[in-house]
Amino acid sequence: MKAKKINIWQAKFVIPAIRDSVKKLNPLVMIANPVMFIVEVVTVITSLIAIADIIGGRNVIFDLQIALWLWFTIIFANFSEALAEGQGRAQAESLKKNRSEAKAKRLRADGTQEVISALKLQKEDVICLEDGDTIPGDGDVIEGTALIDESAITGESAPVIRESGGDRSGVTGGTRVLSGKIKVRITANPGESFLDQMINMVEGAKRQKTPNEKALHILLIALTIVFIVVVVTFKYFAGYMKVDVNLSVLIALLVCLMPTTIGGLLPAIGIAGMDRLLQYNFIAMSGRAVEASGDVDVVLMDKTGTITLGNRMATEFIPVNREDEKELINAALLSSLADDTPEGRSIVILAKERLGVHGREIRAPQGSTFIPFSAEARMSGIDWSGRKIRKGSLEAIREFVAAQGTPITDPVLKITNDISTEGSTPLLVAQNEKILGAIRLKDVLKEGISGRIAKLRQMGIKSVMITGDNPLTAATIAAEAGVDDFVAEAKPATKLDLIRRYQGMGHLVAMIGDGTNDAPALAQADVAVAMNAGTQAAREAANIVDLDSNPTKLLDIVEIGKQILITRGALTTFSVANDVAKYFAIVPAIFIAQYPELRVLDIMSLGSAASAIMSAVVFNALIIPLLIPLALRGVHYKPASAAKLLRRNLLVYGLGGLVLPFIGIKLIDVIVNALKII
Amino acid sequence: MTLSDWLCLILVPLILTLLAIPLGEFMASVFSGGKNYLTPFFLPVERFLYRLLGVDEKEEMSWKSYAVALLFFNAIGIAALLFLQFIQGILPLNPQKLGAVRWDTALNTAVSFVTNTNWQSYSGEQTMSYLTQMLGLTVQNFLSAATGIAVSIAVIRGFIRKNAGTIGNFWVDITRSVLYVLLPLAFIWSVLLVSQGVVQTFSGYETVQTLDGGKQIIALGPVASQEAIKEIGTNGGGFFNANSAHPFENPTPLTNYLEILGLLLIPMALPFALGAMLKNRRQGIAIFAAMMILYLAGLGVFAWVETNGNPLLEKAGVADGINMEGKEVRSGVVGSVIFAHATTVTSCGAVNSMHDSMMPLSGLILLFNMTIGEVIFGGVGVGLIGLLSYAILTMFLAGLMIGRTPELIGKKLELKEMIMSIVIILSPAILLLLLSGIAISTRVGLSSLSNAGPHGLSQIIYAFASASGNNGSAFAGLNANTIFFNLTTALAMLVGRFSTIIPALIIAGALAQKKTVPPSIATFPTTGFLFIAMLVGVIIIVGALTFFPVFTLGPILEHLLMAAGKTF
Repeated sequence: MKAKKINIWQAKFVIPAIRDSVKKLNPLVMIANPVMFIVEVVTVITSLIAIADIIGGRNVIFDLQIALWLWFTIIFANFSEALAEGQGRAQAESLKKNRSEAKAKRLRADGTQEVISALKLQKEDVICLEDGDTIPGDGDVIEGTALIDESAITGESAPVIRESGGDRSGVTGGTRVLSGKIKVRITANPGESFLDQMINMVEGAKRQKTPNEKALHILLIALTIVFIVVVVTFKYFAGYMKVDVNLSVLIALLVCLMPTTIGGLLPAIGIAGMDRLLQYNFIAMSGRAVEASGDVDVVLMDKTGTITLGNRMATEFIPVNREDEKELINAALLSSLADDTPEGRSIVILAKERLGVHGREIRAPQGSTFIPFSAEARMSGIDWSGRKIRKGSLEAIREFVAAQGTPITDPVLKITNDISTEGSTPLLVAQNEKILGAIRLKDVLKEGISGRIAKLRQMGIKSVMITGDNPLTAATIAAEAGVDDFVAEAKPATKLDLIRRYQGMGHLVAMIGDGTNDAPALAQADVAVAMNAGTQAAREAANIVDLDSNPTKLLDIVEIGKQILITRGALTTFSVANDVAKYFAIVPAIFIAQYPELRVLDIMSLGSAASAIMSAVVFNALIIPLLIPLALRGVHYKPASAAKLLRRNLLVYGLGGLVLPFIGIKLIDVIVNALKII
Repeated sequence: MTLSDWLCLILVPLILTLLAIPLGEFMASVFSGGKNYLTPFFLPVERFLYRLLGVDEKEEMSWKSYAVALLFFNAIGIAALLFLQFIQGILPLNPQKLGAVRWDTALNTAVSFVTNTNWQSYSGEQTMSYLTQMLGLTVQNFLSAATGIAVSIAVIRGFIRKNAGTIGNFWVDITRSVLYVLLPLAFIWSVLLVSQGVVQTFSGYETVQTLDGGKQIIALGPVASQEAIKEIGTNGGGFFNANSAHPFENPTPLTNYLEILGLLLIPMALPFALGAMLKNRRQGIAIFAAMMILYLAGLGVFAWVETNGNPLLEKAGVADGINMEGKEVRSGVVGSVIFAHATTVTSCGAVNSMHDSMMPLSGLILLFNMTIGEVIFGGVGVGLIGLLSYAILTMFLAGLMIGRTPELIGKKLELKEMIMSIVIILSPAILLLLLSGIAISTRVGLSSLSNAGPHGLSQIIYAFASASGNNGSAFAGLNANTIFFNLTTALAMLVGRFSTIIPALIIAGALAQKKTVPPSIATFPTTGFLFIAMLVGVIIIVGALTFFPVFTLGPILEHLLMAAGKTF
């Protein structure tokens, strides 16, 4: 899928982010992130100690540097959050850019129009739009049909049709009417449109923690509390052992032990996940929906539009008698020349191919009359110089030839039967009283759909196809696409029942829909993706809207959902594993003077007690900016079995987290001692 | 080490495993309400008890009613035990005419026995009458163990049930624990112990003439009946002060191993009961395997350290080869090591040797066993709960790392389960650090110490680890019968016990309400080696991160100083 990625490492993003990271030092803002708030509190205490040193004329170098690096730790953490917010804002802006703030023509109750600012439009207002107008807000077409250019939002240059009544009635603010007159009912108050909601979620204020995020926060807070107790009691245990530990050293130890790496990067990871959704042209109604998508294990897909192209295509001509083949093709071609349905066009293309008349323009012959498809006759065709050519379903053609006194013959029945058994639809072609043969109309899979379904299976997600077709046709398409299961002859209520049934078995169900009759099922599904082109009802019932209206993109949502969780888990493991090395740096350093025997624990053989503590603090601060790219990008996710995935991540982030700080702290210690800054 | 030492080290876990598997299956059937070969005998008793107490055995309880019933039951237990200690002087079965127990000791003891800790700041033969021992302490030995089993069964039901509001009936669970599990086992063990010479009598203490002409009073009592449940229920409260080092409690090498088997049996059977009740025996085996790995690793280090002896004593020429200080000759080094290890991995706390005299690194192992929350088999019931809490924590991290909302045995782990398992894992640790910190920085705390330097620190940490972990064993050397220690350890015991039980019931209630997620390729299997390894890793890392500083200053420093030839 194309992703409009914004390079965040530019001055125009980085500089405001730096400014924001200082602004975020405000304790009232910091308290939203309790781990970093506690770091801030102890940092202030350390700074006061440094100031007291200066006033008291004591050596301030150590305390001052510790205080400085603690401030850096917080600022680095804030910077990651600010940067992710900046990225999201930029992403949203690029979607919003073309949203004009022009006027809107609002329909008054008495039927007259008034021109008001688009910003004043309220929900339920009805506006009139015509050629060239920019649509001022999200809404539903309630009257008329129009061709709409949605490239501003989706990047797709081909215009789309939006019309009242059907399942393609939704319009989005910022898109433009190319032609047609429509009336649109506005569905969002200013500031409440999908895009606005998304921007709010990216920007701090309205961001709500997801359940997973809350649970992780609890874990981090619990670790923090334990480490506070460990450090506070440590002072007394050390005191009993006749070693006096300075407050600033205790604070250094505390901050090093606290899960500052994950605590600092946690908000950024969540926001960056949202940013990635925007990159893929999704609008999520809540972070919860995104993370739930990582848990989905059943996906319900409509056959039409998701697995197959909307329309059937002609793939074969089957004559009743071998020698009639040419005549059959000719008849099929003639009858379809004026037929503007997709099936008709596909017959023309296939016929031209078989006749070898590529490219040449063929028109319906002079003096012919085209008989369009009608619901009563259930066939279409052409009358020309005494010939009545008709094409249609078995029943329709049976009636047609019966009217001229010929019954259906067994070979014809066999042909139609064979085509049906293979899951295709037969279309019979008759000329006057004679049935020439059949055209095989086949559902055509969307390009790459079976690959995507296979990938879903690798992720442990079961795909279920839903179709109104008969079981035979459904089974054929299901086998071709490789879905795990299908439901044929589905009625509108089937989807809802199916979702309930799967949920009852404990599954988490995702559903993609666009029609109004999909809305109840969407509301029931755990992850509901609505096409932006879908009806308002569908969009409101959903928790994710796909601006591209491309149903196969569910895979991307699932990947993003998983990536957010994996990134959090990996960095938590990394952060906790880091503590081992920090203990080995700091604890021996504190006691070596009194108990030289403890030197065996100083396995990094660090320069001095002060440089050891210093190096641990510096490492703890620097690891945050070093991990910002990872937090924003997300840990790489490749579909694999759970055990394989865990093994890999444990190795990289668990073992890596254990080993890396030993190397890092040693390196910093070497530098600190070489520079003699302590 | 001799061949027989090796055999003992290996045979104990082997025999126990062979006994634990059928016992686990049996317990699963007992608590699932199925029929078993004891039903014909006990069903009428069970029915009679329910009628007597007005219990409707079909009634199911929400976690809240379950918790209320449990708290009510335990509160009554504490009150009754207190009362009994105060009036024992005027009651029968008191041949030594022992008077009322001092208030702080009585309170500490009441809390201690009801919380399955059996921390004893008194010495039994000088404080408690036979009636108090039998009607008070021994009864609570049964009931506190039954309480632990009941809660663990409730937690297992949480995993089994789907969309359910209830987790079983406390009264039924506790009755069945006593009738079908504890009583039969205690009976078998009592008979075996009596056969080896453990005393069982109501007659008064004997005064005898010693060989050198002096007089000695030999304390007696109904010991064997209390001794059996002391082990079976991982209680650990000895009839005598010397506990299982006393020849009337633990007379022969055979009784020594019987007691070890007894105290590990139910904790080892519970993982298998879990597997059987889940109908997923591999899950039970995985949990058991994680416990066994930790058990064997600790035991290996422990045995190695003790059999290598004390370098300082060897240099002084007073001992050689092995560390026999504080151990009974009839138990030997390995018999003492296996006992000490078993009593600290579980929450038993019975002792057959002086833990205070173990080598510093052995002390570290004992401390580690207790400070991680006694989850290596652990106390009856609560050990399994503790390990499942670690499993919840492990699966939380594992779930995140594979990109799914974490789940364990088909249940999604959400905010509530996370908070409660963290409370279960961390609150005893936090409590023990805080109380030790207070004890070590106050004169009233320090005055009870018998050693200076790192060993003194270990003594204090051990005392509070033992209390908050509801173990009850003592490092010895610490005079704990002071108002300060009686009250602080009572607090530690109460908090340690109920910060496990109540959150466990909350988890059980929350899990029971959830639906069960069917496994798929994206589900991380919790029966495989990777899960076991990660679980063991999480337990070690959580323990290490919390106690690294204090272990460094205590046993590790003591060991290093000893190696350098320094003593305090």
